[in-house]
Amino acid sequence: MSLLAVRGLRKAFGGVQAVDDVSFDLAAGEMLALIGPNGAGKSTCFNMVGGQLPPDAGSVRLEGREIAGLNPRAIAAHGIGRTFQITATFGSMTVRENVQMALIAHHGEVWRFWRPAAVRFAAEADALLAQVGLAEQAERATGVLAYGDLKRLELAVALGNAPRLLLMDEPTAGMAPAERVALMQLTRRLATERGVAVLFTEHDMDVVFDVSDRILVLNRGALIAEGDAAAIRADPAVREVYLGTGAAGGGH
Amino acid sequence: MLDLIVPQLLTGLAGASSLFLVASGLTIIFGVTRIVNFSHGSLTMLGAYLGWSILTRLPREPEWFILGILLTALCTALIGVMLELVVLRRVYRAPELFQLLATFGVVLILQDVTLWLWGPVELPLPRPRWLRGFVEILGNRFPLYDLVLIAIGPVVLGLLWLLMNRTRWGTLVRAATLDRDMVAALGVDQRLLFTSVFALGAGLAGLGGALSLPNASANLQIDLSVIVDAFVVVVVGGLGSLAGAFVASLLIGILQAFGIVLLPQSTLVLVFLVMAVVLVFRPNGLLGRPQAEAREMLAAAPVIRAAPPALRYLGLATLLLAASAPFWVGDYYLTVLTDGAVALLFAVSLHVMMGPGGMASFGHAAWFGIGAYAAGLLAQWLGTPMPLGLLAAPIAAGIVAALFGWFVVRLSGVYLSMLTLAFAQIVWAISFQWVGVTGGDNGLLGLWPEAWARGAATYYWIALALSVAVALLLRRMLYAPYGYALRAARDSAVRAEAIGLDVQHLRMVALVIAGAAAGLSGALFSYAKGGVFPTYISIPHSVEALLMVLLGGLQTMAGPIVGALVYTGLADILVRSTDLWRLVLGAVILLLVMAFPEGIAGAARRLWLRGREA
Repeated sequence: MSLLAVRGLRKAFGGVQAVDDVSFDLAAGEMLALIGPNGAGKSTCFNMVGGQLPPDAGSVRLEGREIAGLNPRAIAAHGIGRTFQITATFGSMTVRENVQMALIAHHGEVWRFWRPAAVRFAAEADALLAQVGLAEQAERATGVLAYGDLKRLELAVALGNAPRLLLMDEPTAGMAPAERVALMQLTRRLATERGVAVLFTEHDMDVVFDVSDRILVLNRGALIAEGDAAAIRADPAVREVYLGTGAAGGGH
Repeated sequence: MLDLIVPQLLTGLAGASSLFLVASGLTIIFGVTRIVNFSHGSLTMLGAYLGWSILTRLPREPEWFILGILLTALCTALIGVMLELVVLRRVYRAPELFQLLATFGVVLILQDVTLWLWGPVELPLPRPRWLRGFVEILGNRFPLYDLVLIAIGPVVLGLLWLLMNRTRWGTLVRAATLDRDMVAALGVDQRLLFTSVFALGAGLAGLGGALSLPNASANLQIDLSVIVDAFVVVVVGGLGSLAGAFVASLLIGILQAFGIVLLPQSTLVLVFLVMAVVLVFRPNGLLGRPQAEAREMLAAAPVIRAAPPALRYLGLATLLLAASAPFWVGDYYLTVLTDGAVALLFAVSLHVMMGPGGMASFGHAAWFGIGAYAAGLLAQWLGTPMPLGLLAAPIAAGIVAALFGWFVVRLSGVYLSMLTLAFAQIVWAISFQWVGVTGGDNGLLGLWPEAWARGAATYYWIALALSVAVALLLRRMLYAPYGYALRAARDSAVRAEAIGLDVQHLRMVALVIAGAAAGLSGALFSYAKGGVFPTYISIPHSVEALLMVLLGGLQTMAGPIVGALVYTGLADILVRSTDLWRLVLGAVILLLVMAFPEGIAGAARRLWLRGREA
């Protein structure tokens, strides 16, 4: 049975049908890339799954439970973690504290007013940081981290929620090519080890073909192709709208 | 019926015109520079005084009157230019709150300058005969001058519309209002644009002040009363929107005119309630747009770490010194120290809201006042003893904060600050206007501690113990999971929601806790002074709290404590040593904002950490 089942998702802005009848499934441990030219409806699709936008129609089910239209907080509680295109971390905290904060929230210990937060889940936080390769930087301020490290910190924070589904919006935007592959291979490894399903949008085709199990191609709000890297590469419709522009090497 | 409505309507429209003149300047300045200019009311006040000086020297014919008014507007425009060049130009990059504080420094300075130049007596303009004329409308005699005023509002709106839509300069102003960064990227000389916008805004403020002369007088209360009304109009209309300011002026002007007839006790409350309701349904005002996200990343708040041991020892030593003060200082200094203890709690409570909570309150004195009146009224009605009064004060302030919080936690930035200011003005208006219960201006008197606590030393110890204990509890809370979550919600609301934090709920609880702590400080203050007065809730008192927090430093836990002590000491020295204490205080604020934007504790922290943190 699939972990995430999206059926007939629709969203219109004014007269523009941004997402038109999109359906797909995602299994535990699977990495699914959502690609398409600019304006194809990737982010809209993404934000409807993540709770940032309510869909006009359709259903989003996580392990059979309907989550469409819930707010981001409720969706987090259902076990969905996410990273943002523009990194969002807690700037007044150290790297470790960022992860501790996520762990505190996950364990429902937010409304405690007495015992210091610094000692809560420190070991668990360090373990997560070690997994993303930030163990040495645990004491540093997030404000001084390199951009690639910030992305990895976001990943650790998202994992702090012990998610079953991870949503990553343009996880490698703004990174150098070598860093991109490293981050996504790390994500790939974590997904396999922890059985976490990953849905991500991405512009870099090398990254997409390298790490994803399956690829969804959106164009003008509609799903035009679905399959593994080889199938997508060979798909004439995809070539027509997307790869045919000669942008196969990345970018858009 | 009609003959009752029409005169009030006309009076309201005349009031609306004056309001619009001042508010239009404020909203244009805000639109382009993003500065909430507290000193705009002071420019109106200067307009009134300058207008008085100019008009009383000119012949009394209408054409000279018009010339004099225009000359006044020109003079205030020049003063505005000077203000922009000397002060504001240096704070455009500073955080919003510091800009506001800087303009409040200007308010203080201009107050003393005006007092020094024109003296404390209010100056009415002797009205020439043509100004005393009446027009008969529906059987009512209506002052000619009010009709002139009614006409001036739409005329000025029309002229401004032409200026904004038919000139290149106006196009730039509109573009900058929509997207300042983009205009800068296009290579427009921002300095010139800002200075000229400020000149226009200041000129409009001066025009408003001068035109109000025939109906009122030049007096030293204009600055704060005008600025509060203008804030309301600008916020209700939508920050940066001229048309919005016009609609809101009409709304507020008419509301005030009818309010005075229908509900004379609660006009002020009515006005601020309208503002609160508008902000709840339209968080960006009637015609305002959502604020464009600033593209430049704000400097990230520094990491808050536990205080180094040296600082703990210093704190402990200070506390021991403070506790032993009654053995080695006189009674006068004991009262100053008591004030200091109260100020400490007041500042620490605001810091919870503003620092970790990220909600800049311009009306923190409201909670102080609610606590004070809760204790005072209980003592008056039920003869409640002091310990119960000190218990009831934070509870009352906390309950009101919970009710008010429903409105406030969904807003952000300037709108949130303005709503807190509006709320404080509502509370102030109730304390001032509801004479039957609160004693109005005379306050509630005879609120003294019981005999056992009445000695200066005993009461000081009580105040010190309670303030320090609550401050330590709040500090403890900020290092606990709740404090971290609150800070997380401030640092990144989207990230906080994505890990399952309830941002609004977190902020709400912070507001209640901060309100309750401020309420306790208000009650402590009242028992020390023997009474409760509306001035506890005044704007200057709210600004005092802001000043203490920013003086000490917003991003350190010790900041508000240092700020409260330094401010109390400074104010005491200033008030005793010079008549021009406002001027000196204003200058100190400006210096602080320009030289130490991170506050005393923040600067100390930076020096301490230099080279210790990668």
